[in-house]
Amino acid sequence: MTTFLTIVVVLPLAALFWESTKEGADGFWDAVSSPAAVAALKLTIGTSLVVSLVNAVFGTITAWVLVRDDFPGKTMMNAVIDLPFALPTIVAGLTLLALYGPRSPIGVNVAYTRTAIVLALMFVTLPFVVRTVQPVLQELDREMEEAAKSLGASELGTFVRVILPNILPGILSGVTLAFAKAVGEFGSLVIITGNLPFKTEVSSVYIFGRIESGDTAAAAAVAVVLLVLSFGLLLCIGVIRHVATRHERA
Amino acid sequence: MPRLGLRSVAILYLTAILVAPLGLVFYRTFEHGFAPAWEALTTPETLHAFKLTLIITLIAVPVNTVFGVICALAIVRQRFPGKGVLNAFIDLPLALSPVVVGLALFLLYGRTGWFGGWFEQHDIQVLFALPSMILATIFVSLPFVAREVVPTLREIGDEQEQAARTLGANNWQTFWRITLPSIRWAVIYGVILTTARSLGEYGAVAVVSGRLQGQTETATLRVQERYESFDVAGAYAVSLVLALLAVGVLLAMTLVRPKEETA
Repeated sequence: MTTFLTIVVVLPLAALFWESTKEGADGFWDAVSSPAAVAALKLTIGTSLVVSLVNAVFGTITAWVLVRDDFPGKTMMNAVIDLPFALPTIVAGLTLLALYGPRSPIGVNVAYTRTAIVLALMFVTLPFVVRTVQPVLQELDREMEEAAKSLGASELGTFVRVILPNILPGILSGVTLAFAKAVGEFGSLVIITGNLPFKTEVSSVYIFGRIESGDTAAAAAVAVVLLVLSFGLLLCIGVIRHVATRHERA
Repeated sequence: MPRLGLRSVAILYLTAILVAPLGLVFYRTFEHGFAPAWEALTTPETLHAFKLTLIITLIAVPVNTVFGVICALAIVRQRFPGKGVLNAFIDLPLALSPVVVGLALFLLYGRTGWFGGWFEQHDIQVLFALPSMILATIFVSLPFVAREVVPTLREIGDEQEQAARTLGANNWQTFWRITLPSIRWAVIYGVILTTARSLGEYGAVAVVSGRLQGQTETATLRVQERYESFDVAGAYAVSLVLALLAVGVLLAMTLVRPKEETA
């Protein structure tokens, strides 16, 4: 098992680190701090943050509707949530382009803009918050809410003081996962953003461009930055889970 | 009233970013009738692309299934140093950019890579060929089986396994007769997720395959190639088949999930 993991995961990542430091610390720094790389990284993190916030709000609303509301077609809606996960990312990009691209039947053309990046990232990260909040809401004891209401709390007050503290760890770990996915997203952005350097080129696309032009050292340097970021985000999720389950373990 | 408001918000949100775009692709594919779509799908290159995707999936899924179950057993049932690290490495493919995965393999098996030279001497083509594409797909779909099986294993506990051992069953018998039957739905669910991920992989495969038409072009790469050759109809047709496969995966997920909960 360890051998398998070493061959499939550890060795390739070691090769990546090796390549990124081939030209020394200065070479690494030069590659990471080149204007195009910095612009791409800023854009990646900026758009991912926006998308994470959107997800936090709409994902929570969707999860709430799925658990507490009842209407015809709800089962269908529940199944559809996982579609962005099952759908190949390149198809997701093409799909969004059909509705929000040059031939848009509703007259909205955001192709090759930063709005398109946000839209594509919203699509691929849709399930994360919904699927982490939904089970928590399902388990939530309704008596607490009823008690709060009978003691005179308003709808909003009940939500903020009773429901939110319970589902917050779920929201946070869902948002962190969505953020991690957004930072690394590639397939859905290739077609819809046009990959204009300094304008719509995110880090993963920048890395791909560097590989294509044979500059693997620079590609590896930026890739290491993304790798460290992913690992850090996974650790964050671990910490959130650890804190959230402290009562159960006590 | 707020209930109705929230419901509309949720439905509008899903329609705008999910349902409407997909519906439109469906419409556009058959805009000019069934024949052009069929023609685009049956070109030798497209058929080869689907075949390649299928071969890769058929290898990656069983490998990851076996590994995922072994890994889950190790994580839940055993104590060993470095367990935390193992846990982190298994989740990594979920958070890591596929392009980074592709690049890592590219560097390892490339001409100047650590292994690349050896393979070249022995005339084995890894990069820009099937082996590296399979490795890339295994990497990105690695965590799904293990992540589904771990919570189930925790939940069932090991009392039955211990009872079986006390009654004289060896490890192998215990696994086949006791452990596997109780985790089977979790394994199946993990296999479905792994299949979906393998069929749809794009970024990592795009880096290591070299994208040679009719040779190392998978279905997802074919979509992009068609789009960039201004054959939007062809791109839509291939996309639609992939989307239908995704819907099939969804159906399978919905069928399996309730069983998993009651098991």
